Amino acid sequence: MLEKTGLPTDDDLKKVIPDKERLAKGAVVIIECFQKIPCDPCAISCQFGAIKPFKDINDLPQVDFNKCTGCGICISACPGLAIFVIDNNYSENKALIKLPYEMLPLPEKGKEVYALDRAGKIVSKAKVVRVQKIKNKTNIISISVHKNMAMKVRSIKVEDKKNEG
Amino acid sequence: MKKTNLAIIGGGPAGLSAAICAASSGAKITLIDDSLELGGQLIKQTHKFFGSKKQFAGIRGIEIAKNLLQEIKKYKNIELIGNATVTGYYEDGILTIVQGSNGDIFIKLLPDRIIVATGASENMLTFVNNDLPGVYGAGAVQTLMNLYGVVPGNNVLMVGAGNIGLIVSYQLLQAGIKVEAIVEALPRIGGYLVHASKIRRLGVPIYTSHSLKEVYGNDGVEKAVISEINKDFEFIPGTEKELKVDTVCLAVGLSPLSDLLWQAGCQMKYIAELGGYVALRDDHMKSSLDNIYIAGDVAGIEEASSAMLEGKIAGLNAAVSLGYRVDNFLELNRNLRKELEELRANPLSEKVKIGLEKALLKREVDQ
Repeated sequence: MLEKTGLPTDDDLKKVIPDKERLAKGAVVIIECFQKIPCDPCAISCQFGAIKPFKDINDLPQVDFNKCTGCGICISACPGLAIFVIDNNYSENKALIKLPYEMLPLPEKGKEVYALDRAGKIVSKAKVVRVQKIKNKTNIISISVHKNMAMKVRSIKVEDKKNEG
Repeated sequence: MKKTNLAIIGGGPAGLSAAICAASSGAKITLIDDSLELGGQLIKQTHKFFGSKKQFAGIRGIEIAKNLLQEIKKYKNIELIGNATVTGYYEDGILTIVQGSNGDIFIKLLPDRIIVATGASENMLTFVNNDLPGVYGAGAVQTLMNLYGVVPGNNVLMVGAGNIGLIVSYQLLQAGIKVEAIVEALPRIGGYLVHASKIRRLGVPIYTSHSLKEVYGNDGVEKAVISEINKDFEFIPGTEKELKVDTVCLAVGLSPLSDLLWQAGCQMKYIAELGGYVALRDDHMKSSLDNIYIAGDVAGIEEASSAMLEGKIAGLNAAVSLGYRVDNFLELNRNLRKELEELRANPLSEKVKIGLEKALLKREVDQ
C-alpha cells in the first residue's frame, strides 16, 4: 500500500509506534521510515543512543524507546522529514506533537492552525505551542491536539493571511 | 592550442568531485562546464541529501555545491572554462570548445586524459498537445524556481513519481504553487517513500498506474486528462479524470548524455537499467579507451551521492595513470569503491547494480 499511495498502513505504523506504557510516560520519538535507503543522519544526530547506530547505511532506524528523551534533535536531522515526537503527557486531554516544517510562512506561537493527517486532510485544529527555527531550515513546530488525534495528525496548514477575510 | 593533463567535461557533482580528487595529486586540470554557474543539478536542489556523513548526508544540494566550489578554489592547478560547450572530440585527441553566450570564443584543448561527466538529459513523453506552452521538463521548472525565482504556473500536474517528480512537487508546494496530482505509470512509487509521504501530508494525491493522456488549451495548457493504465501501459477507457491545470511538469526519467563518448569511439552498450546507452567501463571508471574516464549520470542514471563517489574514483585513477603521486592511493581507491558499494546495498539499487554488472568491461588479464 505504502508503495502505491505514499501512505503507511496501520501495520507499517505498528512497527514504529512505542507501546502504551512508554507513550504514557511522555515525549517519545516516532520514526515513520519504512524503506531501506542509504541514510543514517538520525542515528548520528541522537545524543542518547536511543536511535541505535547503524551497522549498514541502508538499515532502517531502530529505536530504544526507553533511552529516548523526546528531545527532537533527530526531527530536523532527518532528510526524509519522517520523524515526529509525541508527548501524550502534555495535559489531561491534549497531546503535544513536534513535527518538521519547511514551509513559509511559519506559524505563530499561540495561534491556531489546521491539523492535517498523513493524507493532508484537515482533521482538527491545533494550537501552536512552540516554533523552533533550526539552522538547517527544517524547523520544528510543536502543536497541541486532542489526545485521540496524536497518532493521526502529522502536518499543519497555516492560514494564509492574504486569503483571510 | 591549449594543453592540459586532465580535461573534465561537466561541472556537476561528478565533475567537481573528480577535479578536487585529481587536483590533490598536482596534475593540471581543466574543468569545462556549459552553465553560467558550476554545480550542475546540485545548485537547484533544496532538499537534504541522504547517504552518510561522508557523502554530505543531511546537507542540502545547494550547500553541497558551495562546499565543492570552495574546495575547487583552493587549487591553483584547476582551470575553469565556464559557459562553454565541448562540441567535439577529434582523432588526434583534441577537444573543441565553444565558449560564451554567442559562442564566439573557440578553444582547442589537448588533454592527456579526459573525464566525461556530462550528466543526463530529460526524457520526453508523447501525448496530445505536448508542445503547448505550460508543458515543462522538471529540470526547467527547477531552474526557473530555484535559480531565477520565477514560478512556472499556478496549478501543476506532475508526471512521474520518481525522486525528481516527488522532490520538484515538494519544491512547487514550498513556492506556494498548487500541485493538483502526481501520476505515475508504474504500479508503485519509484522515488523514496519518505519523499512521497511528505508530499501526501501536504494534500497532494499520488495516482500510481496512471498516466497523462492529453492536455488541452488555446495559448497554453488549460486542462489535462489523466487515465488509469493497465499492466501493458494501455489506457483503460472510462477511467479518465480531467484536471484543471495550467502547467504540466514531466519527470519521466533521464538518459545519459553520451554523445562525446560515441564520437570518441568508446565501446557503448544500451543498458535499460542505467537509462540508455552508456560506455562500458572498468571498476576504476575507465572506458574502453585508455585516455577516457566516465563518472556520474553519463555512466548510468543514479543519485548525486554516487556521482560524487564515481567522480572521485575517476579523478584519482586518471591522475595516477599519468604518473602523478597520490599518498595511500591504493587504500583511498579501495575505500571509495567500498563506500560506493555500501551506498548501493539496498533494494532500490538492485536495478542499477544489474545494469552496472552489464556495463563492466571484462578484460584480458595483463601479464
